[in-house]
Amino acid sequence: MDFKFTEEQVMIRDAADAFLLAEADSAAVRTAMASELGYDPAFWRALCDQMYWHVAHIPEQYGGLGLGYVELCIVMQAMGKRLACAPFFSTVALAANGLLLAGNEAQREQWLPRIAEGQTATLAFHGGGRAWDATAVSGEFTGSGDTYTLNGDYCYVVDGHSADLLLIAARNSQDQHELALFMLDADTAGIERQWQATMDQTRKQASLSLSNVTVAGNARLAGCQADGSTLDTLLDLACIALAAEQCGGTDAILRQAVAYTQEREQFGRTIASFQAIKHKAADIALKSEVAMSAVFYAACVADEYLAGSAGDGELAAQLPEAAAMAKAYCSDAYFFAAGNAMQMYGGVGFTWEYDAHLYFKRAKSSEVLLGNGAWHRERIATGLLGPANGGET
Amino acid sequence: MKLSFDTADEQFRTEIAGWLANNLSGEFETIRFRGGPGDEHMFGEERKRWEQQMAQGGWTCVGWPEEYGGRGLSIEQQVIFHEEYARAGGPGRVGHIGEGLAGPTIIEFGTAEQKQKYLPGIRNGTELWCQGYSEPSAGSDLANVKTKAEYDQGRQAWCISGQKVWTSLAHESDWCFVIARTDPQSQRHHGLGFFLVNMHQPGVEVRPITQLTGTSEFNEVFFDQALAEDILGEPGEGWKIGMALLGFERGVSTLGQQMAFQNELDEIIALARRNGAAQEPDIRQRISEAHIGLRLMRYNAMRMLSGPADGSLDSAALVYKLHWASWHRSLGKLAMDVLGSEGELLMEPPYELSRLQSLFLFTRSDTIYGGTNQVQRNIIAERGLGMPKEPRG
Repeated sequence: MDFKFTEEQVMIRDAADAFLLAEADSAAVRTAMASELGYDPAFWRALCDQMYWHVAHIPEQYGGLGLGYVELCIVMQAMGKRLACAPFFSTVALAANGLLLAGNEAQREQWLPRIAEGQTATLAFHGGGRAWDATAVSGEFTGSGDTYTLNGDYCYVVDGHSADLLLIAARNSQDQHELALFMLDADTAGIERQWQATMDQTRKQASLSLSNVTVAGNARLAGCQADGSTLDTLLDLACIALAAEQCGGTDAILRQAVAYTQEREQFGRTIASFQAIKHKAADIALKSEVAMSAVFYAACVADEYLAGSAGDGELAAQLPEAAAMAKAYCSDAYFFAAGNAMQMYGGVGFTWEYDAHLYFKRAKSSEVLLGNGAWHRERIATGLLGPANGGET
Repeated sequence: MKLSFDTADEQFRTEIAGWLANNLSGEFETIRFRGGPGDEHMFGEERKRWEQQMAQGGWTCVGWPEEYGGRGLSIEQQVIFHEEYARAGGPGRVGHIGEGLAGPTIIEFGTAEQKQKYLPGIRNGTELWCQGYSEPSAGSDLANVKTKAEYDQGRQAWCISGQKVWTSLAHESDWCFVIARTDPQSQRHHGLGFFLVNMHQPGVEVRPITQLTGTSEFNEVFFDQALAEDILGEPGEGWKIGMALLGFERGVSTLGQQMAFQNELDEIIALARRNGAAQEPDIRQRISEAHIGLRLMRYNAMRMLSGPADGSLDSAALVYKLHWASWHRSLGKLAMDVLGSEGELLMEPPYELSRLQSLFLFTRSDTIYGGTNQVQRNIIAERGLGMPKEPRG
């Protein structure tokens, strides 16, 4: 047992913080979020060409660095601290993870090097409604073998309007129980993409409409289980990465709000000297620390899961629970932190000028994305108590 | 980062689990799972004999260096020891104040003679200790000690006069370590001494305090010219030694405590499944939240115990008390809400409580003793976040 960062991991963290401090300050975030694209292409290039973050956990044979999920989460955490605007979560945590989980050797070799070159990608699976698992898929495919045809509407597609590559989940129109994942170029004929304006401007969403999109047989990822379990695993891995980002945001907004209260004076003293303020900060600090433990426990589990038979099977089997715990805890911790931080700021926290609202909005948008705290707690409750409403296990 | 234990540690786990299985039987069968929080008043004699049984097997003071009769176990193995002890239903340890607090303090600050004199009794489970810190006017404000120590030239010893309160297990104890004022002109944390006092003498009177559970685990202790057998360190060093002792308190036993928490949560889950509460959405959410909170408490503790390379480990330790105390208090309330109307009905008159009722009442003390939640928040804000210190009179 050695549940702390290695020296190398500390170096990665410090380098990430330093890079983002320079490249993703408040002005940069505000410029990026005001554009429809949602990020500065030069920043994305730097992130790829200088830092290699986009390939951190991709195996070396596909052009990656071959690091682990802990390292990926360190980077996600650093980006969460700065609200860095980049198609990173979508490309790495959604699309690349999908290829790692479900692609066969040829498919990984076909697509992962393109991501390594800096092309962006995302996952489209959600057909609307409140569920955040494979049951949310409503798009359909027909065909088999050499060609497939995809149809359907997809919502909440992170960076869906700008991604170069799309990972699409769809059900067999003849058999709703058969789920498949397809990887294709975003400019394939028949795909309409519509950017959606969002309350949280730091993460972009799009809706996709697929109309008789025809793809070759090898677009269907060979390792995707038809019962939706592969997609659920992909969403679990994405939840862990997103929780890491939330954990970073929680820590950052706490530190920024505390710094503000150290300067702001009322009644002849800094407001940080009042217990009413200190106790709010302490309650956030508690959640921030526990969030950190949740994320890096789950990241260790994800590492073992991706290691496959070479890893610790007992730990790997905890993936769904670890992901649910991390996403549930970090979602609520971040929103708690951002909401209370706004109160610590007082009136200026309500202005467009101060960054408090950016964190507040990001906290809410990332809470909802991939399922909120209640959704993931119900997953865990089902394991502990059986299904709700007298359903069968 | 690594979460799993290595092979040697797992072998150690088998060893201690085997010893416990063989020894927690026969006359000790009745005290399995007994004597924990809310139940400390039960089976005093049996638990003293059990302490000696443990000592004969070499299982007391396992974290002490071997030269003082311990096993010199690594942090990992101490964690395993406490986990297995709790898993096996090992009874509440009557010797824990000597083993966990008095002993390590004597090892750190005592002379060779003092070590020779006090450590074997603790190690062998024959001499029990209690802690004389709190006083009627020194609660959260621990430095406001009024108890006096005067050097009696005739008796050639320090004599203690004053009152301590909330003294756990004083009525069972042979020794008490007492913080008392050696310099009558001194204030606050200056001019204090750290004394070792024999409880079996005319100048010591113990009066039990009846708690809201109707039972008595803690006491008032009155000293009237009581003879101090020894002083640890020099007069004036009492505060330094007393604070170092509190540092020993937060350590490896926390993971054992969590196993006891797990037993309580399991009982609540089993009850909820039995009485239908498991179908109520609010109860499902709260049981799930409790489960997540406990699991994350474990990973937080593992981060805390893994050492300081990570940089934020000190803060993981700072939040630990606030986290577990708040969690446990919520669990007590959850237990009552799962019990529903049955929760009002006592086991027996006049006031015999079930385990879950006792949990509900007793957990109200968790957020008070050992530093209230409010004091904990001050500590987190001041030491963890660098916010201004409270004014101190």
